Amino acid sequence: MSNLVERALNGEVIAGARLMRLSDDRREGYQVFMKEIWKKTGNAHIIGITGAPGSGKSTLTDQLITKFRSAGKTVGVVAIDPTSPFTGGAILGDRIRMATHSLDEDVFIRSVGTRGNLGGLSVSTMDIVAIMDAMGKDVVIIETVGVGQDEVEIAMVADTCIVVTVPGLGDDIQAIKAGIFEIADIFVVNKSDRDGAERTSNDLKMMLEITPKRDEWTVEVLKTMAEKGEGVDELVERIHIHENFFKENKLKRRKLNERLVHVAYGAVKEKIVKDIFPPEKIHALIEEGNDPYTTVEILWKNIK
Amino acid sequence: MSKIRILMAKPGLDGHDRGVKVMSRALRDAGFEVIYTGLRQTPEAIVATAIQEDVDAIGLSILSGAHATVFPRVLELLKEKGASDISVFGGGVIPEDDIPALYKAGVTRIFTPGTPTDDAVQFINDNIKPKSA
Repeated sequence: MSNLVERALNGEVIAGARLMRLSDDRREGYQVFMKEIWKKTGNAHIIGITGAPGSGKSTLTDQLITKFRSAGKTVGVVAIDPTSPFTGGAILGDRIRMATHSLDEDVFIRSVGTRGNLGGLSVSTMDIVAIMDAMGKDVVIIETVGVGQDEVEIAMVADTCIVVTVPGLGDDIQAIKAGIFEIADIFVVNKSDRDGAERTSNDLKMMLEITPKRDEWTVEVLKTMAEKGEGVDELVERIHIHENFFKENKLKRRKLNERLVHVAYGAVKEKIVKDIFPPEKIHALIEEGNDPYTTVEILWKNIK
Repeated sequence: MSKIRILMAKPGLDGHDRGVKVMSRALRDAGFEVIYTGLRQTPEAIVATAIQEDVDAIGLSILSGAHATVFPRVLELLKEKGASDISVFGGGVIPEDDIPALYKAGVTRIFTPGTPTDDAVQFINDNIKPKSA
């Protein structure tokens, strides 16, 4: 086993943090390390938190960390913020709301930029989760970028998917559209002291009544005021119930495999783009006056 | 693709965060990944965060007069934790007379009020490289 991986598995934060960097940067040869890491995964309960920008995901995450810690569990957090499409830079600020945990050695928080990925996660997210899992974290929370309607990648990788909304974002038609509202294992109406919380909660419940259940799990709508910690105990309780439901129904194994397939597909796409359709070649062919489809055909025919 | 990661932090008790926000934005626009942790951070919290985030540099904004204790403490903690490869620079209200001692303690650069943000970007591009295995 490579030294870096061994150090990370022994709990050395510097080594774990560096492995995350190598994957995030897609540095030459990072796969060698990740192969070793993925073998050690499958123990953590992975919680996804998604929802609109400003809906309170980070504050809720902060509250969940506190609850899990007081129950004696170790926690990893991957907090994702958007990368600028123009400069490639990013301001990663989710930690601001989690500052009380910065000196807790059993909490590992990592901020990640999307770096051009569109599903609400970065391509490296699951590798980073895997590293935290392998380092022995009991719970890993993934906080997605603030999402709109269609960023549903989190549902493919998290064991328990929490969708956070706030009062007044839209009428009941929003709630029956496809996409983000379909992926919740638990709904949270945060900032529930605001006007319209009851209405939002009822709209969601109504929508759920006409939605066929997945795997016989009942999706509940909970109300929280994350800033004051209200409703968080109920949320933690519901997460536990989902975790147990999960284990009893042997869904864990299926989910684990889905996750591996998802990561594999991510790697496939990257490899195809890099080896067959590199952006610079596409640019060059377009500049020569080719249409998009001819461009792809020319590159496809070049495969040896 | 490798990217430079920088932790921007505001240690101490003053609440003047305009400067650190302007700088964070400028560094973002230069293509860096900036981790911003908010106000009133202790040196211990800053160093723990820097290690978890595997940053290449820490930028400290200090307007409270605590620079003579905070900078050396951060450098000391980084050394203690085996992370002295992280470069530490800073800015804020820091008297010219105090700067040589900070450089001697290991601070890589101090930017005083009025410095164009481009100077800081230039400094980082010239001196900081993304870490590797």
